[in-house]
Amino acid sequence: MIAVIKYNAGNILSVMCALERLGAEAVLTDDPETIKKAERVIFPGVGEASTAMRYLDERGLSDVIRGLDQPFLGICLGMQLMCSFSEEGNTECLGIFPEHVRLFPKGQGYKIPHVGWNTVSRLSGPLFSGVPDESYFYFVHSYFVPLSSDASSVTSYDGLDFSASLSRGNFYGVQFHPEKSGEAGEMILRNFLERT
Amino acid sequence: MLAKRIIPCLDVKDGRTVKGVNFVSLRDAGSAVELAGFYSSCGADELVFLDITATVEKRDTIVSLVREVSHTISIPFTVGGGIRGEEDVDRILSAGADKISVNSAAIRNPELLERLSQRFGSQCVVLALDARSNPSMPSGYEAVADGGRTPTGLDALQWASEAEARGAGEILLTSMDKDGTRDGFAVDLTRIISTNIDIPVIASGGAGKMEDFLSVFTAGKADAALAASVFHFHEIDIPELKRYLRASGIPVR
Repeated sequence: MIAVIKYNAGNILSVMCALERLGAEAVLTDDPETIKKAERVIFPGVGEASTAMRYLDERGLSDVIRGLDQPFLGICLGMQLMCSFSEEGNTECLGIFPEHVRLFPKGQGYKIPHVGWNTVSRLSGPLFSGVPDESYFYFVHSYFVPLSSDASSVTSYDGLDFSASLSRGNFYGVQFHPEKSGEAGEMILRNFLERT
Repeated sequence: MLAKRIIPCLDVKDGRTVKGVNFVSLRDAGSAVELAGFYSSCGADELVFLDITATVEKRDTIVSLVREVSHTISIPFTVGGGIRGEEDVDRILSAGADKISVNSAAIRNPELLERLSQRFGSQCVVLALDARSNPSMPSGYEAVADGGRTPTGLDALQWASEAEARGAGEILLTSMDKDGTRDGFAVDLTRIISTNIDIPVIASGGAGKMEDFLSVFTAGKADAALAASVFHFHEIDIPELKRYLRASGIPVR
């Protein structure tokens, strides 16, 4: 059973629908015991970092997440919350990845948010098994994780290279939305279900 | 590299697609869900559903449609048309839409943009801006409301900048001069808006041939281009359009 962590984040339904299309049995829950017992955990998210962290802390979910040892996938804001700090609302985050989440610098000529389909390269790890280099994924975000030794793929926005995904032990994070990235995105989710 | 997006727009009334959609391959030409699946499979980067349901009683049809679409396709989609306030937005986003677009309601009440972006996030708030040429405006273009019927006295660029400051995450810019003409996108209008604001601009109105897409991306500096009838009537095939754009040096998925 897959636990999808329920918190005050937008468009969790898309993740549930994508799992349903893959035939996976998933529950949307904020119950610590259900999350601990799940075979795999998905941490989705569209929203604001400091509000999301407050919600997780208030419900004791931050410590629960840090202590999990089953495969865990954070998506978009979910991945950013797995880092140590976010400039969005200047908030301490879960600290699974020792990275600072930064706001895209303004006045560089590119549009913010970074929205649309972008190519992802230097792929490594089980999530990208069978995924061709330079595949397109759908991104929508205004904050980013700089290049990191935990990066399992990178992308580039008008010359700024940053982490498109991170991994460390049982913890995986993707900045893009696999649930909105057509066939390539489905491969990522299937790999998470079958290869981690 | 970030790709330029190609976005088909589906007009929906009472939960069904309208406006000459005629795909022989579809079992039900009026099924928005089937049409969405078709576009998704042939490489559309996003979809826009424009709800033109006239009666209040039937407005729930869009919510059930959104729910059905989100179960079916795995690309992002926006829902616009007749959205007045936070409750409408909440229902549509909760049913699985990625973004909503607001038009006249935001002109009448600009604070709506702030409330929506604070509650749901800028990334899902699209300002639909209908503009018409008006030489007396500083930018040369005026924002119009109610599907082009009501002049607002607002300069189109000034309104776009204000919407950005108030939290809109994207602008869906429709040229009322070009809409329905198939005479090409409003390249000048698109360039003026796109180069003077820092959020992405989707150009809409006037698509007639593949070259129109090329010029709105190059000279018009658009981030995405939207069209309806040229796709619905098979005048432009999306895979072919993408091959053409790629061969012309435009990054596409």
